[in-house]
Amino acid sequence: MVNMSTVWRTLGWRVARDITAVGVAVGFVGLSFGAIAVATGVPPWAVVGFSVVVFAGGSQFLAVALVAAGNPVAAILGGLLLNARHLPYAMAVADVLSGSWRRRLFGTHLMVDEAVAFALAQPDPPRRRAAYWLTGVLLFALWQVGTVAGIFIGSAVGDPARYGLDAAFPAALVALLLPRVRERAGLRVGLIAAVVAVASSFFAPPGLPVLLGLVALLAAGRSTVDKSTLVVAG
Amino acid sequence: MSATSLVVVIAVLGVGTYSLRFIGVLIGDKMRLSPLVARLLPLGAVALLAGLAATAALLDAGHFTGAARPAGVLAGVVAAWLKFPFIAVVVIAAAISAALRLAGVP
Repeated sequence: MVNMSTVWRTLGWRVARDITAVGVAVGFVGLSFGAIAVATGVPPWAVVGFSVVVFAGGSQFLAVALVAAGNPVAAILGGLLLNARHLPYAMAVADVLSGSWRRRLFGTHLMVDEAVAFALAQPDPPRRRAAYWLTGVLLFALWQVGTVAGIFIGSAVGDPARYGLDAAFPAALVALLLPRVRERAGLRVGLIAAVVAVASSFFAPPGLPVLLGLVALLAAGRSTVDKSTLVVAG
Repeated sequence: MSATSLVVVIAVLGVGTYSLRFIGVLIGDKMRLSPLVARLLPLGAVALLAGLAATAALLDAGHFTGAARPAGVLAGVVAAWLKFPFIAVVVIAAAISAALRLAGVP
C-alpha cells in the first residue's frame, strides 16, 4: 500500500527525522494512556480496543475517565465533540488521500493531528502524501506498542495513587494541550473551561462537568484561523 | 464499568470518529466551513481537555483531593511550559506527588 523507502527518499532525512521524533513522543503518550487506563480499572482488552479502533489520543483519555466515572453517554458525547475537529482537518488533507478506495479507507483511519500537520507543512503534493503516510503509519504502530507497554506498567503499579500516576494523568493532558494554549484564545478558553468544570463538579452528575466546560467557547473571540496553529491536542 | 458499556463506548466512539474523518475526506475542497466553525472545533477540544485536566487534578468523586496530587500536576505543568519532553513532564508530575505522599502529605 505504501512503499516506505520511496517515502523516505521523497521527504529527505530531515523531515523523516522530525516525524520519527514525534512518533517516539507519541509512543510515550500511548504508554501513559495504557498505564493510566488499566490503573483506572479498564480491562486490557478494552484498553487495546480504544487504541486500535478509535486511535485519537485525547478522546481516549477523556472516554476512559468518563466511563470510569460511571457515565458512558458522556464518554461517547465528549469523545465525539473532541474529535469533531477532525472534520475540517480531513477537508484540508483530502487531496492527499485521493486515489484508490482502499488507500482512502485505510488512510482515513490514520488521520491524527500530527499526520495532518506534517502533511500541510510540505510544499508539494508528492511530499505532502509521503509525509502523511509516514506519520500516520509510524504513529499508529508506535501508539499500539506504547499502549501495550503501558498496560504492563499500569498493571504492575496497581493503585494509581501509588507512584503518583494520578498526578501524571492531568499533567499529560496539559502537555498535550500546550501548543494551543500558547495562543491567547486557547489559553482563555482552556482556563474558563477548567474553572467551569471544577465548579460544576460539586452539583452536576459525573461526566457532565467536563462537557459544561464547553461554555468557554463563548469566550473564543473572533480572530481569524491561523494554519500554523493547526497542531496537536491528541 | 461493565464489559457491555465498554464495548458500546469503543464501538460508537470508533465508528463516530472514523465517520467524522471520512466525511471530511469526501467533502474535501467541494465545500468551505465558515471560519467561525473551523476555529471553534479545535478550541472545543481545548475546552474539553482543559476541563478534564482540571477536574482530574483537583477532585476525587466530587471532593477536593489532598495536596500531593495537585502539587505534582503543577510541577508537571511548569515542566511542560518550559518545553521539557513529554515523558519528562509525566515522570516529574508522578515523582513529585509520590515523594510528597511518602513525606506524609495526603
